[in-house]
Amino acid sequence: MESKIKIKINGETVEVEKGTSMLEAAKQVGVIIPTLCYHKDLCVAGNCRVCVIEVVGQKRLSPACATPCEDGFEILTNSLKVRNSRKYILELLLSEHNADCTRCYKNGNCELQRLASEYKIMEQDFIRLVPFKNYTIDKFSPSIIKDDSKCIRCQRCVRTCAELQGVNALAVAFKGDQMKITTFFEKALNDVICTNCGQCINHCPTGALVERNYIEEVWDAIADKTKHVVVQTAPAVRVGLGEELGFEPGTRLTGKMVSALKHLGFDAVMDTDFTADLTIMEEGTELLTRLKKVLVDHDPNVRLPMATSCSPGWIKFIEHLYPEHLDILSSCKSPQQMFGALVKTYYAQARKINPDKIISVSIMPCTAKKFEANRPEMHDSGYRDVDYVLTTRELAIMIKQAGIDFNRLEDMHFDRLMGESTGAGVIFGSTGGVMEAALRTVYEIVTGREVPFEKLNIIPVRGTEGIREVSVKIENPLKEWAFLDGIELNCAVAHGLVNAKKVMNSIISGQTNYHFVEFMACPGGCLGGGGQPIPTSPEIRQKRAEAIYAEDAGMPLRKSHLNPEIIKIYKDFLGEPLSEKSHHLLHTKYVKRGM
Amino acid sequence: MNTVTELIKNLADQHGRQRNNLLPILQGVVEQEKYLSEFSMKAIAKELDMSAAEVFGTATFYSFLEHKKMGRYIIRICKTISCSMKGSNQVLLAIEDMLKISLGETTTDGTFSILQTNCLGFCHQAPAMLINNEVYTDLTPEKVREILSMYINKIKEGAPNEN
Amino acid sequence: MKTNFQLKKVDFIFNNENDWEEVLSKNLNRSRQDIINELISSELKGRGGAGFPTGLKWKLSADANDETKYVICNADEGEPGTFKDREILSKVPFKVLTAMAICAYVIGAKEGYIYLRGEYFFLQPEINNAINEFEYYCKEINFDFSIKIFMGSGAYICGEETALFESMEGKRGEPRNKPPYPSSYGYMGKPTVINNVETMAHAYTICNYGAKRFYDLGVQYSRGSKLYSVSGDTPKPGIYELELGMSLSDFVDEFGDGDTKAVQVGGASGFLVPRKKFNETTIGYQGKLTGISLPTGGSMMLFNSSRSMYNVLDNYLVFFHEESCGQCTPCRVGCQQLLKGIKSVKNGQKNAQYLDKLLQLAETMQFTAKCGLGQSVANSFSSIVENFREEMIY
Repeated sequence: MESKIKIKINGETVEVEKGTSMLEAAKQVGVIIPTLCYHKDLCVAGNCRVCVIEVVGQKRLSPACATPCEDGFEILTNSLKVRNSRKYILELLLSEHNADCTRCYKNGNCELQRLASEYKIMEQDFIRLVPFKNYTIDKFSPSIIKDDSKCIRCQRCVRTCAELQGVNALAVAFKGDQMKITTFFEKALNDVICTNCGQCINHCPTGALVERNYIEEVWDAIADKTKHVVVQTAPAVRVGLGEELGFEPGTRLTGKMVSALKHLGFDAVMDTDFTADLTIMEEGTELLTRLKKVLVDHDPNVRLPMATSCSPGWIKFIEHLYPEHLDILSSCKSPQQMFGALVKTYYAQARKINPDKIISVSIMPCTAKKFEANRPEMHDSGYRDVDYVLTTRELAIMIKQAGIDFNRLEDMHFDRLMGESTGAGVIFGSTGGVMEAALRTVYEIVTGREVPFEKLNIIPVRGTEGIREVSVKIENPLKEWAFLDGIELNCAVAHGLVNAKKVMNSIISGQTNYHFVEFMACPGGCLGGGGQPIPTSPEIRQKRAEAIYAEDAGMPLRKSHLNPEIIKIYKDFLGEPLSEKSHHLLHTKYVKRGM
Repeated sequence: MNTVTELIKNLADQHGRQRNNLLPILQGVVEQEKYLSEFSMKAIAKELDMSAAEVFGTATFYSFLEHKKMGRYIIRICKTISCSMKGSNQVLLAIEDMLKISLGETTTDGTFSILQTNCLGFCHQAPAMLINNEVYTDLTPEKVREILSMYINKIKEGAPNEN
Repeated sequence: MKTNFQLKKVDFIFNNENDWEEVLSKNLNRSRQDIINELISSELKGRGGAGFPTGLKWKLSADANDETKYVICNADEGEPGTFKDREILSKVPFKVLTAMAICAYVIGAKEGYIYLRGEYFFLQPEINNAINEFEYYCKEINFDFSIKIFMGSGAYICGEETALFESMEGKRGEPRNKPPYPSSYGYMGKPTVINNVETMAHAYTICNYGAKRFYDLGVQYSRGSKLYSVSGDTPKPGIYELELGMSLSDFVDEFGDGDTKAVQVGGASGFLVPRKKFNETTIGYQGKLTGISLPTGGSMMLFNSSRSMYNVLDNYLVFFHEESCGQCTPCRVGCQQLLKGIKSVKNGQKNAQYLDKLLQLAETMQFTAKCGLGQSVANSFSSIVENFREEMIY
């Protein structure tokens, strides 16, 4: 149905699709309307009222985000009435907000602060409501700090937790002046079903939800000359970091990032991509083992599909919501934790360093990794495997604090031993990446041939659809994998926990018949992680994904099993995938948490 | 099985397990228990396959769905303008004095809780109050003392104590 | 508009309802369009708040293309000073049920709900008895329609129609963005007619006696009669059905205690009229005073000279800052600021000019709040502060 309508925005006529919001229509003619509760990832709420505009002839103002254009409307976005109303609304928000900006972690990256600056809210006529409120700060989670005094009740976090993640750990409670965003019975985030995914942080316009940062702890470690501080960087960090440092989304900065980390004073800069490749070796072998147990041995204790286990948000999600189904998880630790366990064993031995003296730091696009590193299971090296987890944002803060001019940095390489990786490791940073990397290796192990997709690019598992499926037919396998001959390996990929939920329900109800499923807690996978630069949007995540796949395409090696350092670690240290040592260091168990 | 769990199951059987059945179920629990405990809300969440936080968020929106332990008889005195003009405050003081508790509190034996509420719709017979679902109007300090004595006697005469 | 209008008591609403079976059967045999036309020509406007023409409301839902539609009777009477819907439901429930059924017939709905406020829990058994009898008759005449009571749980805002839908859907009673409107997207996203209890009772009268009898009452733009809930400083508090268009001075002559200082028309969300303006004020839909306001109307609260208007306003603002759903900024924060603001002026922490800032704030709330609650706080706030400014300060 062709349904264009004409409206006037500030006197300029514009033709838009029927049903277009006034906010979108204004954007089309280059008019920016301020917003706070609006977010591209979320449904429209229309509750902050900052985006109000005037429709000529109407007494009341309309929220531009929530009001569809109608034919013949004349819209004013900057009339005196609009300006005054907006100012009042901002003043109201500020009166309820702990506007101690210089002491706020989000100082400089706060949407409320930016609007207050734009509208020059200089005076504070309204009564400060903060002293009358019983605001609390929840600091109990190792991942997330929730400070109610900074909250403007836009409900973006609530919608994120519900719409993107299907978790609903955060909810709106009470009403009137008491209305607040909180958890079940106002418990600490650590005591409810929160997955620590951090998407609420990414979508919070103010400092009400921020990561628990460990910047000072890491500076202390670096300054301590008795410590050997090792850092690992996750695949998605290199395509996100630039956004914090003035680069366009999707800028690849691997070499400069390594260089910056060296400048910061880390003793060794190595790559989580290495353990991503290692994960493929372990997880791929585990998948084949499970396939054999189910298809050949008919082992009643093993079932399919096997689910990936590298996303700690997903792990906590399944532990809470599907505690009876933890057996489908791969027992592989995440690449971060594999790395941590190896740094204080393999690396320590090879470099002849007392593991006691090693501080292991990771840079992650993720806040759930902070929780993961804190899990009591993660001490297989005999020490805490990963001491501190920093988000991409925290790394950017350190780089700025150190006064490093990022533009002038030379590209540098990761340090040896656990710094080499393949394109397969890199794509772990994107939804579908683990699946693609696994298929590249598994198919080749089974058939001795490359996976039958052009240039190894398994396009069907890439993209932004919430749930994607691919079936790979196994033909003419090598002798020892003969039982797989003719089998269609049904694989699925889900990102965003709301999609994970759908897939889990379809698995449990028997609607689907998957062999292998990749689950990622965050929309877009790790590149859209809760520790990545703010803002986020579908477009920004798309740019980051393109950068990840470009990085992969440019790698000389693109299959995990060809990584020379992987070959070396099995030869020198681990033996073979799923060996006893592997089991001890690289695999883990899960906890039934329930509601 | 816990009786509250049973109650919630029965309510869900009766009303259904869709989200739009949430309020009747919450009301059913409050009818019997006088409030919604953590345990009740979790059980309801499980029964309706929704998050406990959402149950909590919904329940706390409604003034009559208490989430703190309440007495067997909840006294709600109207504080809105007509009742306030006609002396609801003196009535409140008389109740507090008689029960030896303040607004928002529950007697130590768990019998009475005193709360204030917004307009009950008896402005022409102000001041008004509810004791559970019963309305009492044209209150005076004397009258309210009589009403409470009646309740206290009823309990003494052995009405079963649900708490 | 008429002047020297005499206060005229009317007896439509509470008169005989024993003919409901006949009224129902009679109307089910009329054409839908005929009933809509009847309502439109009666000029009946919603007695619950915004005064939307009832005939048009039914027509819009009748025209909506959907298999499932709903009829909802809004009995969430929560406006301070209002208690007439309770009386209608306890005295003439069959009129309400019959009007709901006629509406269902007109729009093509099979299910109806009465959203009854939690405070009126005690009414539930009586209404349910009436519903049983009513549904039995519907079965007898082969009319497929059922009615259920949905209980509220103590939330004023649920009288706002979209908040009411949210509440029925098991959620927090937070008003939705409009558009879309209930006629196309109401309860469960389906076309829904939602009318106040009194509106339903008037619809019954019109469907029974025809539009003319209703239309002949009242004045231009404000046709028919209206129930008034009279309370405060009056020797005869209670419920009265009066013709629309009366002047406030006539009203005060009849109901005042001889010392009436001001009348609050329309509850906390309505307007305060001081003595000097009684003569020029008429009660109807025309002009500034609507006589009704969100979410239910007809509240007439009289104050004599012993009353402090500051205390009255304070009481209203306490009410609003508690009963706001809290989702939109102007209403949530605005109500808190108005309440704290008048206190600060009263105790001298803020100077008297601060009242002007608060008046502007109230106006901003009127322009920008999401629903009628936040938009109408300005009504009582501005009318009280403007007319009794010195009482706010000293």
